[in-house]
Formats: sequence, structure tokens, C-alpha cells
Amino acid sequence: MRAPILILAMALTTCALRFLPFLVFSKKTPKYIKYLGKVLPSAMIGLLVVYCLKDVDISSGSHGIPELIAGILVVALQAIKRNAVLSILFGTAAYMLLIRI
Amino acid sequence: MNIVKKAFLRSVPVMAGYMVLGMGFGIMLKDAGYGVIYALAMSLLIYAGSMQYVGIGLITGGATVLTTVITTFMVNARHLFYSISMIGKYKGAGKYKPYLIFALTDETYSLLSSDPESDNRYRFLVSMFNHIYWVLGSVIGSALGAVLPFSTKGIEFSMTALFIASFTEQWIESKDHIPALTGILCTVFSLVLFGPDRFLIPAMLLITLVLTLIRSREEKA
Repeated sequence: MRAPILILAMALTTCALRFLPFLVFSKKTPKYIKYLGKVLPSAMIGLLVVYCLKDVDISSGSHGIPELIAGILVVALQAIKRNAVLSILFGTAAYMLLIRI
Repeated sequence: MNIVKKAFLRSVPVMAGYMVLGMGFGIMLKDAGYGVIYALAMSLLIYAGSMQYVGIGLITGGATVLTTVITTFMVNARHLFYSISMIGKYKGAGKYKPYLIFALTDETYSLLSSDPESDNRYRFLVSMFNHIYWVLGSVIGSALGAVLPFSTKGIEFSMTALFIASFTEQWIESKDHIPALTGILCTVFSLVLFGPDRFLIPAMLLITLVLTLIRSREEKA
């Protein structure tokens, strides 16, 4: 069984990432690392958005239109209401509806 | 106010989100052929929402251990920076410290990094409540996935919606949009160049490179 090994690999890697700074930088954090700490999180969210949409094919099927409409809905709701749970719920519901039309 | 009650109230905004996203994860994992034990193990031990969604793909796609470790590193690299910024706060957390570090998710970080309350038992409780919601949501989702009377096709968009909402929120909060744009553009560039199966690691390297090159400019901003 490969799945338990992969789960363990994910768990240990995630744990290492969380603990490492406490072990290495507890005395003094280098300026470069502090800088990355400031800019990397928002860049990573950008990466994850693209990652989620990587398999959308605009040349066939539904041409990515459900993703586009539901995505715009999430952005609009988040900008107006500033409530992530609400944006996610309505965005996902809209998507599930759109791919069935 | 009682510290347990205070911690619980603080965690309430995360409750709905973790239950919904956890259920989405549980349902997807079940659909992929892995039942409640897997949902429980992943949510308890990995406890990183986006990585667990990505992990379903790794497990069903038959990824190697090395690919899994590298992908986890890239997707979760931001945790390095959450931890860096909590070094000061968690100093002297004593017996609570290992769990506080283990349970530092995006949401827990966003609650505790901005919280003036410095009681470590309180921080421990907030972290634990969030962890419970996540595990509970996953297990319920996994159990429901088998019996839901309707098709859950499209539920995977909850992950996309989560990231789009986070992206929008940080865009509104931040004056400097260069890092966010760097993330999007480098990833799209890498996707076009390397294709959907191999772009993640080059994208991450490219992002780090670009952010390093524009450092002096960014630090003035």
C-alpha cells in the first residue's frame, strides 16, 4: 500500500516546515528570510489559484466558463462581504449548478 | 471570562470554514476510493487544508515519495514564514509549544498572530478547537460521501474558491500587489512552458528568484 507512506511523507514534511524555523532561527532571523516571510505568502496564494485552474481547457468542453463565472462571484462576494466562508459556499454552489446546466 | 469560553468564541469564525472545507475534502477523498480512516489520518497528522486537497491527487496519481515530499515542501513553504513570525510569541510557551507549532495552519495563524491575549493555554485551546473542526468535518464528509443522495460533482471547486477568496482578501488588505502578481505570472509562465504535470516546482523556484531579484525595490516600498 502506497497511500499510508505518502500520507506519512506529507505529515512529516509539513511538520518539518512548521518546526524548522523554531529550531534554526530562534536566536536571530536573517534579513533575507524576514523579507521572504513578508512577500512569499501572497505569491504562494497566487500560485495555488493557478494550480487549481491548471486543468481548465478553454478550447473544448465548457471552455472554462463555469470556472470564470464562479470565480468572479467569489471575488465579488469577498470584496463586498469580506467573509471567506460565505464566498466559498456560494462560489462552490454556483459552480456545481453551472456544470449541470 | 473563562479562558475556555474565550478561546472557543475566538475559534467560532473558523468553525464553519473548517467544517465545510473538511467535508469537501472528506467527500473528495471518499470519491477517490479512500475511506474514513484515511480522512481521519490525513486531517489529524498532516493538518494542512490545501496540501490535503493536493495530496488526494498525489495518492490517486501514484506519485513517488520524493515527488510527494517536494510538492508538500512547495505547497506548504509558507508555513516556514508563519513559524518565523511566531518565534517571538511562542517563546516561553513551555509544554504547549510543540502542539502550538504543529497546529499552526493559515487560519490559526491569522487568529493568533493578531491576538493580544498572551496566555499560552488560550492559544493552545484556540489551536485545538480549530484542529477538532477540521478533523470532524473531514470524517463527516467521508461518511456522508457514501450516502449522499445527490452527485457531489463540482465540490472540488471549494478548494479553488478558498484560494480565490484568500487572494482577493490579501489583495484588498495589502498596498503592495507586486508579490501577488509575481505569484500569478510566474506560475502561468511555468504552466505554459512545462505543462500541467510538471510546472509546480519550476514555478516555485521562479517565484523565489524573481522576489529575490526585486528585493531592494520591494523593501523600499
